[in-house]
Amino acid sequence: MIFTILLYSLTVILLILSLLMDRKKTIKGLKKAWKAFENILPQFLGIIVLVGILVAFLDPQTISGLIGTNSGWSGTIFAGLLGSVTLIPGFIAFPTAALLLKNGAGYMQIGAFVSTLMMVGVVTFPVEKKYFGIKASLVRNLFSFVFSFIVAFALGWVCSL
Amino acid sequence: MKKIIQRYLFFIIAVITSIIIFILNAELGKRALETTLYSLQEMLIVIPPVFVLLGLLDVWVPKETMVKFMGEKSGLKGIILSLVAGSFAAGPLYGAFPVSAVFLKKGASLRNVFIFIGAWSTTKIPMFLFEYSGLGPRFALTRLLVDIPGIIIIAFLLTACLKEDDRKLISKNIMELTEK
Repeated sequence: MIFTILLYSLTVILLILSLLMDRKKTIKGLKKAWKAFENILPQFLGIIVLVGILVAFLDPQTISGLIGTNSGWSGTIFAGLLGSVTLIPGFIAFPTAALLLKNGAGYMQIGAFVSTLMMVGVVTFPVEKKYFGIKASLVRNLFSFVFSFIVAFALGWVCSL
Repeated sequence: MKKIIQRYLFFIIAVITSIIIFILNAELGKRALETTLYSLQEMLIVIPPVFVLLGLLDVWVPKETMVKFMGEKSGLKGIILSLVAGSFAAGPLYGAFPVSAVFLKKGASLRNVFIFIGAWSTTKIPMFLFEYSGLGPRFALTRLLVDIPGIIIIAFLLTACLKEDDRKLISKNIMELTEK
């Protein structure tokens, strides 16, 4: 809540500053902001409904079995694979991850899920390949996948302290 | 009209699916609706300022200037700037690729662009705020502290893995994709 207030305060201050400095430029920026939002809105809405369906199907017991505190490395690898093939924006991913934690998922497993979700993109691979070629894209995703388990291990350790 | 339907096809299919679920199992449908409304509320509250900030950033920070500081000889300054530039981004990972293309074309080094992509994917500030409020300071700060060196190491390793041919291919792709 405090972050929402901070975020709004920062935005309002910068917006006023920008308006004072250059009104035309600010309006251009706001138009760009709206366009960027409007561009991604269909995906946002679709994903929000889809995640609703997925979360409804996932009951706490299934989750704690698959990626629970006691699922160890196999649960962590499963969570990492799940994160790699999923594409959920952060504003849904984190509340969902929090919900999973509340329902019995382990920190290490959630760490692997969150990290691969952000760094590894199976769904976005075709786009990445277009720019960086197969080799660079493959190596980047592979390194990121492996690195996510270091992140998971660190999170599992720190959050258990 | 056709274009709108096409753009929102995924959303429409998802809505129809949840309606079917609701008819088949009201309890399950109610749970899906609750989560959806919760996410929607979250989106409506946090997304507007994030996009306004993105718009302001877009008009006030010229790309050319950023790129000038991210070239082959930019050293530590380039690494830090790439991290910061990626962290100030908003949007999904695939949004980073077109921006990276422009960076590369204007003379940013491949290594710095990989750092930028890494930062875009994991240390984005708006994302960090979601993470901080959703999973707590311990989780968010630990991940940030492990991720920053990780992103830089991955970028160095990745650059080292690429041979002359791979670099040529990237330059060729970038030229083709940005000329359009």
